[in-house]
Amino acid sequence: MEKVVLGNHAVSYGVLVSRVQTISAYPITPQTLIVERLSEMVADGELDAIFTKVESEHSALASAIGSSSVGARAFTATSSQGLALMHEMIHWASGARLPIVLANVNRAMAPGWNIWTDQNDSLSCRDTGWMQIYCQNNQEVLDSIIMGYKVSEQVLLPTMVCLDAFVLSHTAENVDIPEVKLVDKYLPPYKLEIKMDIDDPHSFGALSSPENYMEFRYKMQEAMDKAEDIIIKEGKEFEKIFGRKYGMVEEYRTEGAEIILVATATIASTAKASIDSLRAKGINIGLLRLRVFRPFPVKDVVRVLLNKKKAIVIDRNISYGKSGIFFDEIKGAFYNIEGDKPKIFGYIAGLGGRDVTPEAISDMVDDAMRKDKPEKDIIWSGVKL
Amino acid sequence: MVRGETMSKLTIPQEEIMSSGHLGCQGCGATIAMRYMLKVFGRKTMLTFPACCWSVIDGPWPYSAVSVPLFHTAFETAAIAASGIRSGLDALGKKDINVIAWAGDGGTFDIGIQAISGAAERNDNILYIVYDNEAYMNTGIQRSSATPWGAWTTTTPVNNPKSRPKKDFVEIIAAHRVPYTATASIAYPEDFIKKLEKAKNTEGFKLIHVFAPCPTGWKMPPDLTVKIARLAVQTRIFPVYEVENGVSYKLNFNPKKFVPVDEYLKLQGRFRHLKEKDYRFIQENVEYEWKFLNRKVETFK
Repeated sequence: MEKVVLGNHAVSYGVLVSRVQTISAYPITPQTLIVERLSEMVADGELDAIFTKVESEHSALASAIGSSSVGARAFTATSSQGLALMHEMIHWASGARLPIVLANVNRAMAPGWNIWTDQNDSLSCRDTGWMQIYCQNNQEVLDSIIMGYKVSEQVLLPTMVCLDAFVLSHTAENVDIPEVKLVDKYLPPYKLEIKMDIDDPHSFGALSSPENYMEFRYKMQEAMDKAEDIIIKEGKEFEKIFGRKYGMVEEYRTEGAEIILVATATIASTAKASIDSLRAKGINIGLLRLRVFRPFPVKDVVRVLLNKKKAIVIDRNISYGKSGIFFDEIKGAFYNIEGDKPKIFGYIAGLGGRDVTPEAISDMVDDAMRKDKPEKDIIWSGVKL
Repeated sequence: MVRGETMSKLTIPQEEIMSSGHLGCQGCGATIAMRYMLKVFGRKTMLTFPACCWSVIDGPWPYSAVSVPLFHTAFETAAIAASGIRSGLDALGKKDINVIAWAGDGGTFDIGIQAISGAAERNDNILYIVYDNEAYMNTGIQRSSATPWGAWTTTTPVNNPKSRPKKDFVEIIAAHRVPYTATASIAYPEDFIKKLEKAKNTEGFKLIHVFAPCPTGWKMPPDLTVKIARLAVQTRIFPVYEVENGVSYKLNFNPKKFVPVDEYLKLQGRFRHLKEKDYRFIQENVEYEWKFLNRKVETFK
């Protein structure tokens, strides 16, 4: 069913068609519309789930962890400060190997208070063992919730589906909402093999000494390695049923390109327009959109960027004292690679929701084209000083 | 007749669900509390522990002493982890499984109070049991808001002992008007068991605050655990009572004569620095609190 929906409501519909069984959430701007719509769906009997209105985000995720541990499909949603408050339980969910899906509306961290988009909230969860998906439109938001459960329930690691505050969360787009019965064909009921079970009692998360803790962590990394293949496999499976294609990355007009713009989330969809106009001017440029951040798409990044002259990375985030986070990861991916490596330029843009316009993107491209190589790891875009 | 069988009806269930070989200290009151609790609740039970003595007592991976499914959770999340387990089970149609949060006083009175208040206000169908040993014992005897006035701990040294009274936790829970909350003592197992049974048969949020002495932290011989727990009740330092729907109070131990507080205090090294005037101060406070509690009992008698 085609419908015009906000990004936040695309999340709610994704939860509905995934037959989520428990929801726990705490309100935070700009996430609220997700859970408001979900409470209506539960109240109307449209969605057969238990919705616990908790007293904090920390509890929202702790509740989902409890529900998931007994074998229920659990969901929560948050943003920014809420995700930061959850951080302890973010580690707990992945360490306990629970396939929870969390929607995070990417919003800048305070102070000063800012409700607009950037990625420092979710990227601060980089090393927690969560898979992370950055969406470029509302359709992808809905589809990623479904695929999130499909992948998470196989590798037993949770998934964070990220959507930009306001640019997606409060923007209406045409979205195909698949029939639940069609989703059933793709996403079978959640069957957790190892779970809290009175007929087979075990303790979960007990003291792990230096003699065995490391092996649990080894297995988490093993699951992340496996996740890359499963994300690709399930993307293909998804395409067969729903006709929409998703992988670790998306390439746009990269054929014959000498320069590749690298971006994520909605900046990537804006960048497509920039690529078209730059191509029209005869510049051989293409776009690499990183869709999945964890596991990091090293293979795709190297495949697309190797033998290119320049890579221009736009980061709507910053690791203070280092650089843009995607820039840093991409640079790191090349270190042990032989061959003709691109010069990698790292631009920081759009923090705290400042617009990253097609003009701003063209300016970054112009700047990188003028230089042989980057002079430093951070090039600021549009800072007014 | 087989061993253990008697002619009279036993008030304490015979089956032992908690196994030996746990890592509790000698004379640990918290292990006694767990043993009774599991006898009442049986195997159709799921537990969650936040960081507390029991997260060590139960044993390291892959061992467990409780013989029921157990989910270890973060310090401040016992109540909500239990609620989450409850909603997961309800969503799966497994409504007949008991869900219990089992936490120490630090995880309850201090860091866990927010999630407990949330679960109590929503009236989530769980039982929360706080085993109270009056300090952070697992981390090495630091004061909590359950530590009584005048007590020594490693963060309230003898020249600056705790200067504030113990937080009245049951009163905070009662203020949420939950169906059932009670205090209990490991020295009165029949009373404790009755309360556990009542909680088992009550829908909604229940909290039992059970007094569980800690010989290691209280600096007392391990064979005195039960005696000291009994004296806490007999002196009225720890009265045992229950509250229905947050307003209807009932005393469960109310003899004609009470034991003076110094008999309780003098047995424990954590009170060794106290002087005669401190005993009098504690005695006065006990009288005052007792009067206050009796007023509450009278209100809806």
